[in-house]
Amino acid sequence: MQTIEKLIASASVFDGLEREQLEVIAGCGRNEHAESGAFLLREGEPAARFFLIRRGTVGLEVQAPGRTLTIETLHPGDPVGWSWLFAPYRWQLDARALEPCELIGFDGVCLRGKCEADHDLGYRLMRRFAENLVDRLQATRLQLLDVYGHA
Amino acid sequence: MLETGVGHSPLGRGPMVPEPFEVTSRRQDTADTWTLELERTSGDPLDFAPGQFTMLSAGGGGEVPISISGDPDRPERLVHTVRAVGLATEAICAADCGRVLGARGPFGVPWPVEQAEGADVVIAAGGIGLAPLRPAILRMLARRERYGRLVLLYGGRAPDQLLYADELGAWGERGLEVLVTVDSAGPEWLGHVGVVTRLVSRAGLAGGDTFAMTCGPEVMMRFTVAALREAGIDADRVFVSMERNMQCAIGHCGHCQLGPTLVCRDGPVYRWSELAPWLAIREL
Repeated sequence: MQTIEKLIASASVFDGLEREQLEVIAGCGRNEHAESGAFLLREGEPAARFFLIRRGTVGLEVQAPGRTLTIETLHPGDPVGWSWLFAPYRWQLDARALEPCELIGFDGVCLRGKCEADHDLGYRLMRRFAENLVDRLQATRLQLLDVYGHA
Repeated sequence: MLETGVGHSPLGRGPMVPEPFEVTSRRQDTADTWTLELERTSGDPLDFAPGQFTMLSAGGGGEVPISISGDPDRPERLVHTVRAVGLATEAICAADCGRVLGARGPFGVPWPVEQAEGADVVIAAGGIGLAPLRPAILRMLARRERYGRLVLLYGGRAPDQLLYADELGAWGERGLEVLVTVDSAGPEWLGHVGVVTRLVSRAGLAGGDTFAMTCGPEVMMRFTVAALREAGIDADRVFVSMERNMQCAIGHCGHCQLGPTLVCRDGPVYRWSELAPWLAIREL
């Protein structure tokens, strides 16, 4: 069985981190399983954790009166959850397993504390998450253009 | 490179005179898009290459350039998938079986399906942009052994607006890797949600000598090409299909000018390395 440190080393969101830093991050993580339909995050609830998908698909969902809208799907290698990093530490969306998922769940409060204690780790981790944010922000902007809705 | 249809006309009518084609079937694909099958009233097949278009008209409703979306190995059936967005296209989409439409062509530079033989090919389509790529897909699947990986990345607005939904699975069984994504969906949709550019990294493309063919809204193509280039695909091997105000379709009127080129004559399929400098000029 691979250690969590080895599992996370290949994820782009942890790319470029030193082995010692990966050890610290791995110390806040554990293997988890989510059944199809299980919620990983619920909008408005405290954001104390985040996940890295190893297998399966997770949908980011918004609840609207009378309907549920999936706005993005996340796949193996993607992190799930940013709000654990930023005040007020509350989830902005629902995240639901769309099929049985294998995940690494991280204690975000634990990791935030370690980032405060080691600013080099904090800077590198924040930079990686910022790159992921920018990538997905750009994709969201394209979605907002609704390019297929116009001839 | 295949010659354009300029001057081709078995009846000797010249390229500006429409020929009559009878509608033999009409299928609604989405809320505003129909696929029509037509047969030349003369009975002659209309040979075309994947990526070419005809100028299609329904009576006095005006004439519009529409890409051919049928099987190039079945030239006896002229197939067009048309989105009803104006007077001319609404009249075409409303044409029932038995109605006679006018068509000129085929015109234009085709997809490089023969050049791509021996290589991996990734096809990136957005919305109705899958229609001009369908003949290329059918041609390559008919000669599947001549290609490496064949990958289709297809993005649509919503699940009920995807084209050829009933064919995607069959293409998969014939050796096309199909990845589909939509911009948004309800919980009943279990596929990808997100923009088509995000499928590029999911496809695990080899870069190198991979060929890419993309068609869709211009903004979508711009960002898709950026993602394909980031995946290591050479700009000389990326091809896009452009849309401009094509009217004569034979390079005379100049309405479809794009930089030093005329899209009807020099396109609609362009090599990205040749087109990119002109697209970088705002408002061109």
